[in-house]
Formats: sequence, structure tokens, C-alpha cells
Amino acid sequence: MTKDLLLRVIGKLLIPFILLFALYVMFHGDYGPGGGFQAGVIFAAGIVFYALIFGMDNARKVMPDWLVEILLAAGVLLYIGVGLAGLLLGGNFLDYFVLDADPIHGQHRGIFWVELGVMITVCGVMLKIFYMFASRGRG
Amino acid sequence: MLLVLVAIVVLVLASVRNLFAVVVLSGIYSFLMATVMVALDAVDVAMTEAAVGAGISTVLLLGALHLCKSEEAKPTHRPWLPLSLSLATGVLLIYGAMGLPDFADPQAPIHQHVVPRYLQNEVQVPNVVTAVLASFRGYDTLGETTVVFTAGAGVIALLRRRKPRKGGEEGRG
Amino acid sequence: MIEHFSYIVTVFLMIAGLYIVIARGNLIKKLVGLSIFQTSVYLLYLAPGKLLGGTAPILAPAYGVYSNPLPHVLILTAIVVGVATLALGLALAVRIREVYGTIEEDEILALDHRIEEAEEQGEERRA
Repeated sequence: MTKDLLLRVIGKLLIPFILLFALYVMFHGDYGPGGGFQAGVIFAAGIVFYALIFGMDNARKVMPDWLVEILLAAGVLLYIGVGLAGLLLGGNFLDYFVLDADPIHGQHRGIFWVELGVMITVCGVMLKIFYMFASRGRG
Repeated sequence: MLLVLVAIVVLVLASVRNLFAVVVLSGIYSFLMATVMVALDAVDVAMTEAAVGAGISTVLLLGALHLCKSEEAKPTHRPWLPLSLSLATGVLLIYGAMGLPDFADPQAPIHQHVVPRYLQNEVQVPNVVTAVLASFRGYDTLGETTVVFTAGAGVIALLRRRKPRKGGEEGRG
Repeated sequence: MIEHFSYIVTVFLMIAGLYIVIARGNLIKKLVGLSIFQTSVYLLYLAPGKLLGGTAPILAPAYGVYSNPLPHVLILTAIVVGVATLALGLALAVRIREVYGTIEEDEILALDHRIEEAEEQGEERRA
């Protein structure tokens, strides 16, 4: 944990907004710039910022290793799950028109879940890579 | 102007030998590049580049530097061979680029093929980039997500601490 | 000439990245060079998509001309994949540093050479 008071105060102030901004980028991605990739990276950057200021041990309390590893795989599975759901409802793989009675609404629903899957995977991978580098001592 | 700034940063980057300075310069380079992308109307890409290039990859490079030495050794070879090779490649590429369509030419093939259909907004999502990414090119994005996942798995496989076992699998040290 | 200015900048960045990758022996510097090379490819894709007087491809009734969204999609995914592969390369560099004690290419090759020679001598002695 860093002793620098300035960094800790600024970090405490900024980190909630970084995480909130990531969620905004995710859920507003249909109407403004943004989407799953950006949201995942920004979310991971917020947590990395937290880990840099308050130390790895505190970061592990927020985001334990097992959770990150689950996120890593869950995103891809969610993405494939959306594809399979389209298949089960009588469409093609990754066909969103069948996800709802109204095809346009189905498209929106499909895009949302797919972007969520992308966000989860990207966030998990970035965090996991950071943890791997950070937890490895000088060899 | 911005592009000239980018070029200067790259030249300094190629000549500096302290790796710490190299990492910081590459962060600056990413921010400049993000600004260039905003000027090219690619707001989504600029956002990603600013977050990824200047944020995450700088942190990763610093993490790797912490595990390695932060000073580069003096080059032992003369740089003439790589320099002439790169320059020859550059001349060839510029010769080839002269045959490409002009900058911002509305008649260029890239604006004629599938894009008019994307811009008709069949799925009624105002941000066309999101619509194309998740809907029209869903398979593509599934592949990319899998690649990211695989890279993460690869890093885990490379850097995971093995449980200490008898008979050391350490290889040559 | 001025119509092709963006291509010239792209080519400049590309050969700068190529030069760093070929000429420098340090593995981390090589990876930075590789990512510069990558950014030049982003520029190569994005520059032709720009239309003068166009706006970002977010549809709104007030605008009629949009820049091409397709390169944006391709490059968006390429950036994230790029950082993932960069991390993979860095992980390899860290492992190499742990085994060889250096990340300079010349020293790694010299070490390899010495190990090979030692192995050959050992085999000759056994034979």
C-alpha cells in the first residue's frame, strides 16, 4: 500500500467513477461510443488502479483469483450460449431475430447479451494477466 | 501536425535505450494515436486505444520491466543492415501506396460495398459500430473473444507458480 | 502527393516498427516495436474510411454523411487482441529472463551455443 496521501485520496475519489463509467459505456453502447470491449478494459483498469494504490492483498479481497478465473471463461460461454439460444429457438447460430416476438427487440436483446459476454471475458483476461505479472516475484 | 508529433515520438522511442523511458513514451504515443483516431471519426476505436494502449499495456510493460532489467544493452551490431532493409521496404510500400485511392475519396471501393447497407440501420441501433460488431459480424467477434480468452489462458499457463515438487522440473538454469 | 499523406505516415510508422524489431536485441523493446507496427496497421485501415464532412458513425437525424464504420469494427477488436498477444509475449519474455537470466537476444544465443557445445563434448566423452 502506498504511503502517498494524495494518491490514496484521489484514488478513493476516482475509482467509483471509473467503475461507473465502465458500466455506462457498456449499457449506453447502443446509443453512444462504447461497447463490451471498452467497458471491460475500463473496468479492469479501475481495479488495476485500486491494486496499484492499495496493494495486491486488498485488491484480492475485492476481486479474488477464483472469481477472475470464472469471469475469464464465463464471458465466452455466455456468448456461445446466446448463439445456442438462437439455435434452440429455431434460428441459426447467433441469429438474434428469434430471441423475441418482435425481431428488432430480439436484435437488441441479442446485442446486449453478446456485449455483456465480451465485457466479462475482456475484463477477466486483463485482470488475470495483471495479477499474474504482479504476483510473480523477481526471479 | 499531430502526425508530425507522432513521428517525433517514434523517432525518440527508437533511439532511447532506457526501457522505462521507452514504456512511458509508448504510452504517450498511444494517447497521440487515440487523438488521431478521433480526428478520423473513429470514436469507438479511440476510446479503446486510450484505455488499452495507454492504460493496460503500459501497466503490463511496467510489470514486465519490474521482473526484468530496465536498461537495454549497447547494440553490438552496426545498424546499417536493418536500416537499409527497412528503408527498402518503405520505398516499396510507398510505391505501392501511390496506387491506392485518394484520402477521403467518396468513390473509393471501401465506401461502395457493404457499408450502405450497414448505414440503413436495419436493427435500429444508433451506434452502427456496435450493431456491426455484435450483430452483422457476430461470428467474427466470437472468434476475437475466443482469441482473447486463449491469450489469457496462455499467460496463466506460462506464469502460474507450480506447486513445489520433488525432482525439480526446472530445466536448464 | 497530399492525397496520399496518410499512407506515407503509415509507411513511416511501419518501417520504424520494423526497424526496432530487427535492429534491437532486447525482447521488451522488440515487443514495443511490434506494437508500433500494429498501430500503423490501424492507421492504414482507418484513414481510407474517413470522409470529409462526415461524422462518427452514430446515426442521428441531423447528419447525413458518416465515415465508414466497418474499419472501426475490425480495428476495435484488433486492439484488444493486440494487447492480449502483447501480454503473452511479455509473459514469454519474463519466463526467458527467469531461465536464462537475460532478455538480450545475443546473450541468449551465446548461452544456447555454449550449452550445445557442452552437450556435444559430454557425448564424445561418453562414446
